[in-house]
Amino acid sequence: MRTFFQLGFVRGLLGQVLGTLLGMGLVTGARAAFGYDPLWLAEPAWVIGGLLGTLGFMVGVGALTDWAKWAIGIDTPMHHGAPAGQPEWTRYFAVDLSHKVIGVQYTVWGIFVLLFGGFLATLFRVELMQPGMQYFTTDQYNTLISAHGIIMISAILLGVGGMINYLVPLMIGASDMAFPRLNAFGFWINVPASLLLITAMFVGGWDTGWTAYPPNSLRTALGGPLFFLGFYVIGISSIVGGLNLLVTVFTMRPASMSLFRMPIFVWAALGTSILQLLATQLVGLAMLMLIVERSLNMGFFTPVLNEAAKALNSPPGDPVLFQHLFWFYSHPAVYVFVLPGLGIISELLPVFARKPLFGYKWIALSSIGIAFLGFLVWAHHMFTSGMSNYLRLPFMYATLIIAVPTGVKFFSWLGTLWGGKLTYPTPMLFVLGAISVFLLGGLTGPPAATITTDLYLHDTYWVVGHFHQTFFGGFMFPFFAAMYYWFPKVTGRKYNEMLGKLHFWLMLSGFWVMSLGQIWAGLLGMRRRIADYDPALGVQNIQIAVTVAAYVIALAILIGLYNFIVSARSAEVAERNPWRSRSPEWQIPSPIPEHSFATPLAVVGEPYDYGLPGSVYVRMVPAGAGD
Amino acid sequence: MKHFLPVTVLVVVSTFLVAAGIDSLQLMPQNASLQGETVDWLFGLHFKLIAFLFSLVIVIMLYAVVVFRRRAGDEGEGVHFHGNSTLEVIWTVIPAIIVVFFGYIGTTTLISVTAAQPEEVAIEAVSRQWVWNFNYPDDGFSSEELYLPVGQPIRFDLKAMDVLHAFWVPEFRVKADAVPGRTNVLRITPNRIGEYKLVCAELCGTRHSYMMAPVKVVSREAYSAWVAQKVAEEAAKNTPEARGAALYISQGCKGCHSLDGSKVVGPTWKGLYGSPQAHTDGSTAIADDEYLYNSIVKPNLQVVAGYPANVMPQNYGELLTDDNINNIIAYIKTIK
Ligand code: HEM
Ligand SMILES: [Cu+2]
Repeated sequence: MRTFFQLGFVRGLLGQVLGTLLGMGLVTGARAAFGYDPLWLAEPAWVIGGLLGTLGFMVGVGALTDWAKWAIGIDTPMHHGAPAGQPEWTRYFAVDLSHKVIGVQYTVWGIFVLLFGGFLATLFRVELMQPGMQYFTTDQYNTLISAHGIIMISAILLGVGGMINYLVPLMIGASDMAFPRLNAFGFWINVPASLLLITAMFVGGWDTGWTAYPPNSLRTALGGPLFFLGFYVIGISSIVGGLNLLVTVFTMRPASMSLFRMPIFVWAALGTSILQLLATQLVGLAMLMLIVERSLNMGFFTPVLNEAAKALNSPPGDPVLFQHLFWFYSHPAVYVFVLPGLGIISELLPVFARKPLFGYKWIALSSIGIAFLGFLVWAHHMFTSGMSNYLRLPFMYATLIIAVPTGVKFFSWLGTLWGGKLTYPTPMLFVLGAISVFLLGGLTGPPAATITTDLYLHDTYWVVGHFHQTFFGGFMFPFFAAMYYWFPKVTGRKYNEMLGKLHFWLMLSGFWVMSLGQIWAGLLGMRRRIADYDPALGVQNIQIAVTVAAYVIALAILIGLYNFIVSARSAEVAERNPWRSRSPEWQIPSPIPEHSFATPLAVVGEPYDYGLPGSVYVRMVPAGAGD
Repeated sequence: MKHFLPVTVLVVVSTFLVAAGIDSLQLMPQNASLQGETVDWLFGLHFKLIAFLFSLVIVIMLYAVVVFRRRAGDEGEGVHFHGNSTLEVIWTVIPAIIVVFFGYIGTTTLISVTAAQPEEVAIEAVSRQWVWNFNYPDDGFSSEELYLPVGQPIRFDLKAMDVLHAFWVPEFRVKADAVPGRTNVLRITPNRIGEYKLVCAELCGTRHSYMMAPVKVVSREAYSAWVAQKVAEEAAKNTPEARGAALYISQGCKGCHSLDGSKVVGPTWKGLYGSPQAHTDGSTAIADDEYLYNSIVKPNLQVVAGYPANVMPQNYGELLTDDNINNIIAYIKTIK
């Protein structure tokens, strides 16, 4: 019991509850002091409560403690290992500064959030099996799809954070991330954010989708502002995480590891971090503007003004402005979600093909190229919003051009397979599956990019199909590839190969059916985000197939998790380097000791020279050899 | 090189099979507009490219998976090469040319589907939660059904009175958002007689999925007859009750208040006049003229029990003149 209440996680939750109540009390108290009636106004109370609750969590969990001590001049040395007098497992429930612990925390919390978001999808998919409303009201349905969208996005960001935090320092031979406390902060702030999003569903929900377009988002129920706040807080995590990663990669490599000798995943992490650091502010701003417009009546986005604004002769607001701010982040964000996954594909292929990565530099630079081009295409989400042709056309060209660096990756992957000695354990299967699925996403993009055809496709299930393909191909499949691949390294144990393959084949077949069904329904005229559909569209059979397929995917993922949990606790001990990889993390023991590298690392060869007899990539500098 | 021939043959065969497969499916509802012909042509081009690229990648991948698999007992490594810059340049430049070509086609087709047509007729499509209304300015009436004469170029002026909506008839192919505070333009020349459905394609709240309106593309003669009938109805509409009935539709009351006693978003108007109303604050009142007036202008003043506050727009007092409101009340009296 004592241990339980000493867990940072539990204290954080208490802090969040107290902070929320405090915020609500402040608002209500202030209203009482000014003599306003009624005393209780739900929206400002929840917004201020949500903010202080987030702060309360961070104080409670202890993510701010060291900084507070520094502020008053108390030194806090780096602490390694479990909190004094506590068992080892408690590290994972408290602020811990090791990037390996934080990487696991990101991943595990990400899987929980993923399960919750996926569960929402299994609910509304049942509603779509027949026309008419059977199980939910349309408002409940709208809340479910809106929450599914943003919760899955936060799950993906967590998964990305998990992979990057765990792997990048190991791959570059660094002892940790550049700013360990910021790293812990960046993880923990996600927890109150996830809770805000979940709370939003139960205090009235909201019906704007994850895109929060005003004016609808200005009128939606109380869940709306909590969702904006949750989105905003998640953004903070992205910004600090991106910053930390960039500094780490640029300052903490061994001198012998030039940029073009980094493992390819590190390049992908760089691309992702540039986007996270530079684009997230815009969506944060957009969310804040929504909150302020709702609670203080500041007309950023509404053309219909209230009396006070009219009396001041203020110019009307513009709903389309929001869309620009939103997509300036949210388009780059889609590459935040997939660049790491594409990096995993490039990282794993040479190991299982036993030959060098084809066109290393081209793949590395294509990640950076995609990251920069990704800033120039946001308005392709707004082709029907009423922009002039002069404004629409440059975004069409920029969007089409992104297909070029994406194509370079595909062809280079094929070049890596060519002439290899391929084997197909579970991680390799997930990599090949990812390529096939991401290909679908790459092929359904261009018809949405040429404006003429997008005027048909926009806001239909085609788009729903397109982005599920890109997310599954660019994140879900590579994420599971990574889980299976590094499982022996992280836990020191073997996973069950048979269950792994079952997981793969179920998920792949389920996904293909779901995805082809979605794009076909879209072509037949099924709009996206509708609770009920017209039987005359003739899409019911497709909807049934998509729902069944979604359940197959859910089953597959549960099998995978079962495999991880059971194998971590009981299975046989894994070898240090079962895949015969050249990468640094495989040259050290599994599970990795607290101080990953007993001695500094020196790069003495190319990272992917598989098949070149006698060559190695890294060597440990023997102790005492000088540096 | 021994792989070149089989891979090429497989890619070609697969391309034709996939393209034929796509062709054989009923992918989209039949086109019914001039602009749609251009859209469908570009779709056709896209589908061919998709069939080719899909085959190219999948065939090479599966071929490699089979041919380059590790045989039992083989402990060797793969062929050691790091890449091939000529190939990289080729597969950068050729896709770049293809996408720029598609960009060019995208440009010319966009210009053609958005171009103003000779002798356009303007129709105003007004959207609000969750109804459509069509004003025919040339003939001075409005309608809940969209009648269109076949072959006539139409310019839709899209208006939104509350939140974003989007105007889409799948058979006409093109769509555009209706944005509050702006008038977006969408050009459509219907070219096939038939009945279609206009749907709202931008999530707009509770009843978004049901925000539809019937579309009827008819011969020119049938269209003239319909216009004449509408104009006559308009003339007959000059009683307060009839004007109120028109406002019921054009101001969007219909989106939330039923006439048949069913509970939609707000209370039904059936039997409303003169009946006692219970409020959320516990009070009751008889729905007389003054009560109804207040309910329209200041809906939050007396919220009927069982309904949430803040749902009915608060600005009807600004949108409607007193005359308008009296007409609506006159209309409510007729609904028993
Ligand atoms: C060849 C590459 C691609 C092209 C040409 C392309 C093009 C487009 C276009 C034009 C849209 C807007 C469609 C519409 O709303 O009407 C779109 C939507 C979307 N794309 Fe892509 N895309 C490509 C690759 C990707 C990738 C790699 C990702 C993911 C990382 C992605 C994620 C998305 C998402 C999430 C949306 C929809 C967002 C929403 O409306 O909620 N796309 N894509
Ligand atoms: Cu985009």
